[in-house]
Amino acid sequence: MSMGYVHSVEVGSFVDGPGIRFVVFLAGCPLRCQYCHNPDTWRFTRERTDSDEIVAKMATTAGFLKAGGGGITVSGGEPLMQADFALDILKGAKALGLPTALDTSGYLGDRLTREMLQSVDLVLLDIKSWDEATYREVTGVDIAPTLRLAERLASVCTPVWIRFVLVPGLTDDPANVSGLARFVAGLTNVERVDIVPFHQMGRHKWEELGLTYRLSDTRPPSPEEVHRVQDLFEAEGVTVGEAHLAPCAPKAEDG
Amino acid sequence: MRWTIMSALDDPSGLEPAWRGFAPGEWCGRVDVRDFIQRNYAPYDGDAAFLAAPTERSLALWDKVTELMRAESLRGILDADTDVVSTITAHGPGYVDRELEVIVGLQTDRPLKRAILPLGGIRMVESALQAYGYELSPEIKRIFGVRGFRKTHNDGVFDCYTEEMRRARKSGIITGLPDAYGRGRIIGDYRRVALYGVDRLLADKKAQHTSMAEREMSPETILLSEEIAEQYRALEDLRTMAARYGCDIAGPARTGREAAQWLYFGYLGAVKEQNGAAMSLGRTSTFLDVYFERDLLAGTLTESEAQEIVDHFVMKLRMVRFLRTPEYNALFSGDPTWVTEAIGGVGEDGRHLVTKTSYRYLHTLSDLGAAPEPNLTVLWAQSLPRHFKEFCAQVSVETSAIQYENDDVMREVYGDDYGIACCVSAMRIGKQMQFFGARVNLAKALLYAINGGRDELSGVQVAPVSEPVTSDVLDFDEVMEKYRATLGWLARTYVGALDIIHYMHDKYSYERLEMALHDRDVQRFLACGVAGLSVAADSLSAIKFAKVSVVRDDDGLAVDYSIEGEFPSFGNNDERVDSIANSLVREFMSRIKEQKTYRGSIPTQSVLTITSNVVYGKLTGSTPDGRKTGEPFAPGANPVSGRDISGPVASMLSVASLPYEFAQDGISYTFSIIPQSLGTSEEERAGKLVGMLDGYFGQGGHHINVNVLDRSTLLDAIDHPEKYPSLTVRVSGYAVKFIKLSREQQLEVVGRTFHGLDDLESVAVVGACVE
Repeated sequence: MSMGYVHSVEVGSFVDGPGIRFVVFLAGCPLRCQYCHNPDTWRFTRERTDSDEIVAKMATTAGFLKAGGGGITVSGGEPLMQADFALDILKGAKALGLPTALDTSGYLGDRLTREMLQSVDLVLLDIKSWDEATYREVTGVDIAPTLRLAERLASVCTPVWIRFVLVPGLTDDPANVSGLARFVAGLTNVERVDIVPFHQMGRHKWEELGLTYRLSDTRPPSPEEVHRVQDLFEAEGVTVGEAHLAPCAPKAEDG
Repeated sequence: MRWTIMSALDDPSGLEPAWRGFAPGEWCGRVDVRDFIQRNYAPYDGDAAFLAAPTERSLALWDKVTELMRAESLRGILDADTDVVSTITAHGPGYVDRELEVIVGLQTDRPLKRAILPLGGIRMVESALQAYGYELSPEIKRIFGVRGFRKTHNDGVFDCYTEEMRRARKSGIITGLPDAYGRGRIIGDYRRVALYGVDRLLADKKAQHTSMAEREMSPETILLSEEIAEQYRALEDLRTMAARYGCDIAGPARTGREAAQWLYFGYLGAVKEQNGAAMSLGRTSTFLDVYFERDLLAGTLTESEAQEIVDHFVMKLRMVRFLRTPEYNALFSGDPTWVTEAIGGVGEDGRHLVTKTSYRYLHTLSDLGAAPEPNLTVLWAQSLPRHFKEFCAQVSVETSAIQYENDDVMREVYGDDYGIACCVSAMRIGKQMQFFGARVNLAKALLYAINGGRDELSGVQVAPVSEPVTSDVLDFDEVMEKYRATLGWLARTYVGALDIIHYMHDKYSYERLEMALHDRDVQRFLACGVAGLSVAADSLSAIKFAKVSVVRDDDGLAVDYSIEGEFPSFGNNDERVDSIANSLVREFMSRIKEQKTYRGSIPTQSVLTITSNVVYGKLTGSTPDGRKTGEPFAPGANPVSGRDISGPVASMLSVASLPYEFAQDGISYTFSIIPQSLGTSEEERAGKLVGMLDGYFGQGGHHINVNVLDRSTLLDAIDHPEKYPSLTVRVSGYAVKFIKLSREQQLEVVGRTFHGLDDLESVAVVGACVE
C-alpha cells in the first residue's frame, strides 16, 4: 500500500479504454495544456488516499467490469507524477484479474519502470502535437520525453492508443498533423488512433479556479475539419479508429 | 382484405389440419401453448441481415395512421363515443383502409375513436368526455352509478373505503390506486385463440364449468363458477366480433397471417371491454415465428410478407386508445396503454428463445419509426446470442425505445413462458395474474413517523396519533423505530384498500375475456409497490451520518430540515447507504406479508413510480436529505437526480444491490447517457451498451430503461416540438413521446442525471428545474 493524491474516481466510463472502465484520476500534472478540460486536476489535493482503499472499491465492481469487457484505467492529471502510488493501484487491479490501462501524456515517461510496464496492458498516450514549438505552446513543456516513451513502448510491444486533440488555429496546421501521423505510422504497437475534436466544456472550470483561459474565442472544429485531419493521417498510412495489427516482436529492454 | 371460410378437411394422420407440419405433443391434447412453442420453435443465432424493408403497402398505411395521429394530437382526442357502451361486440367493424390493411380490427367503428367503458367508473367517463367537449348520453348516465341500474367498480370501492383509507389516499401517502377505472395488468394468453381456435377453448371452458359440480358450493366455488360462465360468453362474443370482419376464428389459424390476426382479435376483444391501466400483450413473437417458419419453408410466405404482417400488427397495437381525463394523462405522461411485449429470454432447457420474429418486432422501430407502444421489452440473459445483443443495443442507441429486464433472475421465479404486464411485472402467461396495487410513498411515511402521523403539508392527522419526534436533532435509532411503526400502519391500510378494490373489480368489472384465456385455477399476486425509495434512504443516511436539525412551524409540525456535514447518497455503490435502501425494501415487504390478502393472492412488491415521481414529489414536504417541498422524486429505484456522482457503474451497482427476492414485482431503473460518452461510432456505442447490460444484469439488476440522448436534443424538443414528432424517451417502465410530456415532466427528464455529461451543462439545466 501507499498513499497518494486522488482527484476522483469514476465507476463506469465508456471512453477511457476498451469496454467499461473504473477510472482513477490522480491529482497533479506538470503540463499546462491550453485546452485542458480538467485544470482542477493540476495540483495535488490536500488529503491523501490509501491505495488499498481504491483497490477495495475496485473489488466491489470487478464482476461488473469483467462482464462488461472492461477494466481499470489510471488517469489524471498525470499519473506518473505519483508513479509508485499508480503502481500499487495497477498491481491491485491485476491481482483482481482486471485488465489495466495507463492514461498519460508521456512527459514523465522515464518514470514508467519495467516493473510498472508488467502491470499495464494498454497505454493511452496523448500526443498533443508534433511540431516542437507548437507542442511547447500547447502544453508548456517539451515533446521529447513523450516521443521517447512512444518508441520504448513500441519496442516492448505494449499496446498503445494514440490520442490527438484537434484545436482550430492551434494544432491544426497540416505540417503538424502530418508529422505526427508519420511518427505514428512508424510505430508497430498502435491499436487505435483517435482524433478528439476540441470542445468548450472545460471552460467553466478555468473560470472557477480563477485561471486565464486562452481559448475562449476558439470554436470546436467542424466535421469537415476533422475529416481533413483524418485524411492527413490516412495519407501517411495511419488508420483513424481501430487498427488491425500485425504481431509485434518485443525487443529486450535494458536497465 | 378477405378471409376464406375454413373448410373441414379430412386428415388421415388425425392431426388437426391447421397443425400440419408442427411437431405434435401434449399441447395437442390440452391447452398448453408453452409446450407447443418448446417443441416447434427454431432459435436464431444469426444477425439482422435477413430483415426486409417495409412494403409499399405498409408505408402507405402507416402514412394514413400517422396522419390520423397528427390530427389527434392537435385536438387531444380524435373522436369519442357518447352513447355506445363498449363491449366485445358493441361496434361494427372499423378500418383505416380496407385495401391496405393486412391485419384488421379496431376498438370502435373508426380509427382512434375512443370507446366508453363505464364499468370501472362512470365519473371517469363523464369527466373525460367533458374535458374534450363531448356530452355523455343521458341514458347511459341513468343506467350507471349508485342511483342507476348498474353500480360500477368505483361506486363499490367508495362504499367500503374506511375514513383512514380516504385520508391516506387524499394526502398522497397512497396514490395511483385503480379505484376509478380498470385495474389492468392482466395478460390474456391471446396466443391460445390462434393455436386452438375459439371452439376448442369453449369446449375447455365448458368442461371447467362442469367440474365445478364436484366442489362444495362455497362462496369461492360460486364465484369461480359464475366467472367461468362469463368467460364462456366472452369467447362466444369474440367469435362473433371476428365474423364481422369476415374471419372465422372457430378453428385454429392455418397460416402465419391468420395466427397474427387471430391473436390480435383476442387482444382486441380485451381492449374493447377493459380500459385497464396497463393492457399488456404477453410474449408472442416466438410463438408467431413457428407459423412464419412453416410458411417460409412451404414457400407460401416471403420475408417481406412476414415483416408486413408484423408491421401491420404493430401498427394496430400503436393505435390502441382509452378515454381518460387530461389529469390522468398528465400523471402518466401522454397516453400510455402499456401494450408490453416480452422478447427473447432463455428456455428452461438452456436454448435461447430468440427467433427471427424477435428481430422482426424490434425492426418495426426502424422501419415504421420509433414509438412508445408497443412497449418492447427485451428479456436479457447472459447467454443470449451475441448478434441479438448487439442488434438490441443498436436499436437502443438509435431509438431509445427499448427496456431490458433480467431473464436470468426472473426465469428462476416465473419459468420461461412469462410475460411482463405494464413495466416490470412478470407473470406466467395464462397461469398467473395480478391484482394491480399502485404504490405507497416511503418518503412521506418517514415524515409521518417524525410528525406523529400528521401530514407535513396539511397538518391533518392521517395516520393514528403517535409520539412525534420532539428533539431538535434527529436521532437515527429513534426515527427508525417510529418509521417501522408507521410502515406497519401503512401496510395494513394499504393492503386493506387493495382488498376492497379487487373485490369490487371482480364483482363489477370482471375481465371475462382476458380470464377466459387463462387456466381455470390461476395463481394471483397482490402487486404492492413503493415510491420514493432513494429519497427515504438518503434521508436516513443524512440522519445517521450527518447532523440533521428539524425546522418546525408554529404548530410544532416539522416542515423542513437543515443538514450539517456530509452523508453518503444512494447511487454511489456505497454500502453505508445502499444497505439502508436494501433494508427498507425488505422491511416494507415483510409488513405487507403480514396482511391478509383478497382471494389468497400472494403479496409482491415493486419499486416503481411510473412517471408519478413528479406528482409524488409535489405532494411531499421537505425531507431530511435536503430535498425541498414539491421537488420531484427520482423515478422508480433511481438514485436522486444529481446525487449519483461516481459514474454510471456505481449507480447501477447500487440499484442492482436491491433485493429482487423482496421485490418480485420488479425494480425499475432509468438510465440516460449522451451518445458521445458511449463512444465515437454507432458500432462502438452498441458494443459498450452490450457490455453495460451484461455487467448490470450479471450483478443482479432487474430492469433498465436505456436512453441514449443528447440533453441539447431534449431542450430543443421542448422549444420546437414540431421537429421531434417521434422522439421517444424511456421514462419509468415504459416509453413516451417526449413532446407529449407536460413541460414540468420534460424538465424533470432533462434534469435527471445524464451520465457522461460535463458539469457545466448539467448544472445549467438542473438549476433550472430541480435545485
